[in-house]
Amino acid sequence: MVQTLINAVGLGSIYALMAVGIGLVFGVLRLVNFAYGQLIMAGAYAIALGSEHGWPEWASVLACFGVVIGLSLAMELTLFRPLRQASPATMLVATFAVAFLLQSIALLKFGSLVKSATIFPKLFDPVSHGRFETVRWITIVAIACAVVALLALTLMLDRTSIGLHMRAAASDFQTARILGVNANRVITLAVLLSGVLAATVSVILVVQNPFIEPRFALRDTIIVLVGVVVGGIDRLWTATLGGFAIGVASSVLTDQLSSQRSVYVDSFVFGLVILVLLLRPEGLFAPFRTRPVERA
Amino acid sequence: MRVADKLVQFVPPALLVVAVAFLGTFASRANEIYFRTALVDVAIVVGLYLFVGNSGVLSFGHISFVAVGAFGAGLMSVSSELKENVLPDLFPLLAHHSIGNVPSLLLAAGLGGAFAFLVGLPLMRLSGLAAGIATFAVLGITHNVLFNYTKIGPGATALTSIPETTGLMQAMGGALIAIGVAWLYQLSRFGRLLRATREDPAAAQAVGVSIHRQRLWAFTLSGAVCGFAGGLFVHELGTITTEDVYLDLTFLTLAMLVVGGAESLLGAVVGAVLISGLDSFLTTAEDGVHILGFKLDVKDGTHLVVLGALMAFVLVLRPSGITGGRELGLPRIGRRSVQQAGATSRGTP
Repeated sequence: MVQTLINAVGLGSIYALMAVGIGLVFGVLRLVNFAYGQLIMAGAYAIALGSEHGWPEWASVLACFGVVIGLSLAMELTLFRPLRQASPATMLVATFAVAFLLQSIALLKFGSLVKSATIFPKLFDPVSHGRFETVRWITIVAIACAVVALLALTLMLDRTSIGLHMRAAASDFQTARILGVNANRVITLAVLLSGVLAATVSVILVVQNPFIEPRFALRDTIIVLVGVVVGGIDRLWTATLGGFAIGVASSVLTDQLSSQRSVYVDSFVFGLVILVLLLRPEGLFAPFRTRPVERA
Repeated sequence: MRVADKLVQFVPPALLVVAVAFLGTFASRANEIYFRTALVDVAIVVGLYLFVGNSGVLSFGHISFVAVGAFGAGLMSVSSELKENVLPDLFPLLAHHSIGNVPSLLLAAGLGGAFAFLVGLPLMRLSGLAAGIATFAVLGITHNVLFNYTKIGPGATALTSIPETTGLMQAMGGALIAIGVAWLYQLSRFGRLLRATREDPAAAQAVGVSIHRQRLWAFTLSGAVCGFAGGLFVHELGTITTEDVYLDLTFLTLAMLVVGGAESLLGAVVGAVLISGLDSFLTTAEDGVHILGFKLDVKDGTHLVVLGALMAFVLVLRPSGITGGRELGLPRIGRRSVQQAGATSRGTP
């Protein structure tokens, strides 16, 4: 029971990190970045190539961060910036196109076969051989990473002036600009931070599952995107909670359902999602208040 | 609205479809499949457009109606002896009956429509991102159940030996039917009410339009068109797995719609024909083609990369799609036209 719970919190933490990354960009750009999973995938390939060429672990991790952050910034410059005024549907489909592009490049370059990466293999060991057999060190590391990242982010948003600018931009972008917030700076910072988070998630996921293929992290990203909307994408903390909650829910469901039923875990999760959306369309964790009119 | 104005919304997309089919008759047997695929893509994207274009609500769930139509039509056209051997788990009703080509297409349309109606009944209360994600959840559930529940389908294995009845003519006919339905709908009272809710939900509600009811109508109808297109799809391929009607097709068809211009029928058809054609061209280019005397020889898998890059590029250049989300219009004499994209003909009004 305790093990189930720890593992669930572990997955929830990873999903929360991804949710923050997606939520940060959504806050300033009103853009759901579907290509987020492919950023993580690209980072994973960087690690795989590093371990293939026998690089030291720190170099692989550095390469992963470099690749992911570089790609994030490139995406912002070539795609998000020109499309800033476009409709949400266009922006979303544009990120589909990028996701598709990155995935195809991976397929073209590395083939559809899995590539295995070895990085921090010690972290995959169980915490102890007695009571906590199914809990691995990486789970603890993931939880710690999430806590540290969220604390740092909260401090930054609360205590620094650029954090204030970001919060202002997230709540009302036009007004914030009029009041002198530098839009490009705020957006670049949000994209940068979301890239850092993606790279972190990439490292954690590679330790957990060292078999990398072009669809690496795709399923996770989709589930997190769903979780973010279910939690309430309008605010960073509700989005994060949404990501965390869907991670915990899917992990607990996978653990608790009998093996015959566990193939239907996606149906259960998605069914829950529909139910929550019908009851609380503005987000599960959004504060209660009446919305004036619906906005399409 | 003048008759000519009404017709001009139908004729260009229909002509485009006929042109694709006409070109297809010149193609070799090996290449004909690309033209059929393009026509089936048109049918799916037009089904998607019927809801997304008119309501302004993004749906990621329409491929589940395609899937239901495809598996329904496919399963019921396979001969019953074969089904008993290959799929022993099927419900007796599904195992012991099999139907012909046209009834299976009608069945596909019916299944798609009924499924869309049931799903839409609760979901059409949502809008914006919540609606998008909820429809996506429907796709996830549909895929998950089709993949695992072997009493209603082949499960994780491929369903094979489906009669390949979607020839060039039937694909063209199917695409034309889809376009016709979408055209009649968008001219109808319901279509106009729904577009009113797209432009301004508050104002539409204020004059007594029920957003929920209008969206539900469109969702059901577009579900039926998508189911029908799924029937065409399965009879074109002759074999199908659940992966064929899941994420990739969802993204591809949405991209076709948005690249073409989500708010017009012409945009849906142009996007489908263009991207489908480009995909086919690039796929054949991987085997080496000659253009203007140069031999273009590219590595396998390149076509996906080029396709992704081009889609992103088109969206950056024209964020509201190639057609700008407008139908072609006839030039108006004597009054300023507001909604005129590119009037081509100089005919009399």
